[in-house]
Amino acid sequence: MSLTPVAPAGASSPAGPAVVPRDRRLAKRRADWRRRRLVLILMSPWIVGFTVFFGYPLVMSAYLSFNHYDLLSPPRWVGLANYRYLFTIDPQVWTAIKNTIWIMVIMVPAQVLFAFGLALMVARARRGIGFFRTVFYLPALAPPVAATLGFVYLLNPSTGPVNTILGHLGIQGPLWFNSTAWAKPSLVLLALWGIGNTMVIFLAAVIDVPRHLLESAELDGANALQRLRWVTLPIISPVILFSVVLGVILALQYFTQAYVAAAIAGGQASQAGENINALGYPEDSTLFYPVLLYQHGFNDFQMGYASAMAMVLLAVAFALTLVIVINSRKWVHQAVPR
Amino acid sequence: MTSAATTVRATRRRAPASVRRKRFLVAVADHSLLIATAIIFLAPFLFIVLTALMTNNQALSSHLWPHPFRPQNFVDVWRTAPLLRWTFNTMVYCVLATIGVVVSSVPVAYALARVRWRGREAAFIIVLVALMLPPQVSVVPLYVMWAKLHLVGTLWPLILPNWFGDAFSIFLLRQFFLTIPEEYLDAARVDGCGELRILATVVTRLAKPAIAAVALFSFLYTFNDFFLPLLYVGQNPDNWVLSIGLAQFRSLHQVQWNLTMAATLIVMLPVIVIFFLAQRVFVEGVTLTGVKG
Repeated sequence: MSLTPVAPAGASSPAGPAVVPRDRRLAKRRADWRRRRLVLILMSPWIVGFTVFFGYPLVMSAYLSFNHYDLLSPPRWVGLANYRYLFTIDPQVWTAIKNTIWIMVIMVPAQVLFAFGLALMVARARRGIGFFRTVFYLPALAPPVAATLGFVYLLNPSTGPVNTILGHLGIQGPLWFNSTAWAKPSLVLLALWGIGNTMVIFLAAVIDVPRHLLESAELDGANALQRLRWVTLPIISPVILFSVVLGVILALQYFTQAYVAAAIAGGQASQAGENINALGYPEDSTLFYPVLLYQHGFNDFQMGYASAMAMVLLAVAFALTLVIVINSRKWVHQAVPR
Repeated sequence: MTSAATTVRATRRRAPASVRRKRFLVAVADHSLLIATAIIFLAPFLFIVLTALMTNNQALSSHLWPHPFRPQNFVDVWRTAPLLRWTFNTMVYCVLATIGVVVSSVPVAYALARVRWRGREAAFIIVLVALMLPPQVSVVPLYVMWAKLHLVGTLWPLILPNWFGDAFSIFLLRQFFLTIPEEYLDAARVDGCGELRILATVVTRLAKPAIAAVALFSFLYTFNDFFLPLLYVGQNPDNWVLSIGLAQFRSLHQVQWNLTMAATLIVMLPVIVIFFLAQRVFVEGVTLTGVKG
């Protein structure tokens, strides 16, 4: 308020009838200017933040990707060499890409299906919806590092509780985080345990499905499966889309769990005298794209090469989001007036 | 009309015994499946607690139940690792970042929701795009920048960016600001309030639940954050936060599983306590994301 002593000028302009047009135009211009100033003040944190922490790094990343840069000596222009190395020589990139695709094709659908199934189950409960919702949500709260540590212990091949229990049932448990075949599925188990967020959103959507639609479908002779397919699914499809997009975005950044699991499980093995660099343990089976980017950028300080990897990631992230959103028009139901 | 209602009721009540039994059995099946799944979901917590109470020898055996119970582990954890130091660093990071997120995101969200200006929609879309891109995309030049400022190894590279608007919080707050009735704002305007004053008093008061949700999410996010702390303070154990310390805990001095699980529990506990204290804020926040169709 005290900021704007100019205010009365604009307000009093209609009082002087003789010079209306010019005065009014002036007042309007002044009001425009004040609004612009207001917007600028309000937006300033974001404008600065976006420029410094987003725009600049993006441009810089693009520039660095054409350079050799180790942080010590100034960047040296190498043209497309980084990209050439990335696409044709680096033996680990394809492993990392394959693993990341695995996450997107197996883990993300598993998460969505599992969250949906859980939500349907909880919605069917006559009693204790609140209780079950809390129980299924709780693991999502566990900090990722803590949850991963817990799972590495639980799935500890020799003495972990899971394999102990499996042993009592007469099943020889797998090596979990210590086996190339089971390391990724173990991460899926960890992800399914922490599915709470998605489940809560699905549950809200499922409970919101209008009762009369389900009932009229039932009167028309639709069985439970048909009601699910033709009533519930179309109505909650926007929520499914949301969770798929989110899942894919998060899959592209998948880092913490893979890093910690490999470090802990690999650390155990290295006590037995294997090599120490645990990233991707065992045998690069948990080497995801962001993990490899981290290794090149911040273990080996190949900043130029890591930037090239970042640019590829940017392109893929952008393209994937676009493809999903455009395709979604075909299968996401949008005719629900609300 | 009443008769129709009674007949419906009557027919419902007179559902044949076989149908009723079937319904009952389905309900039993539903609930037993749910209970079984709930047990599986709680089991990891249980095993972590049990292991945290075991002796080291037992943690290495395949026995599942502690014998004897060893609560001493929780004391030993504080002795074996500088947990206090990590907790303090985590609090510095969480509190300063969260204050920054709230202070800087509220005005931006207000400008995007309630002030009319050209380019507003475009700005909002840019915010959303920034939200969707992986942080790894910009991480290399940022690291170089902080390295040149000699701030790598300190908590500042983690805290400072939060003082310049956080995309997710801006999005959440904007959604809430859109629901505030214009009349409240007009009333304040008639009383002679400037826009900044309206924002500082009327809007913030009305948006308390949304601001609480944003603060909570931001706090949890920073508490859980691992990638950025690993990058910026990973090489400097003095500034380790809990997530880094916990990840390094086992390799630190060949620490045993029982102590590791005790530490894991200590890191999990605050979050779970916060959840039970602030359950309503959580629910508010989840509905705010506005994904309900």
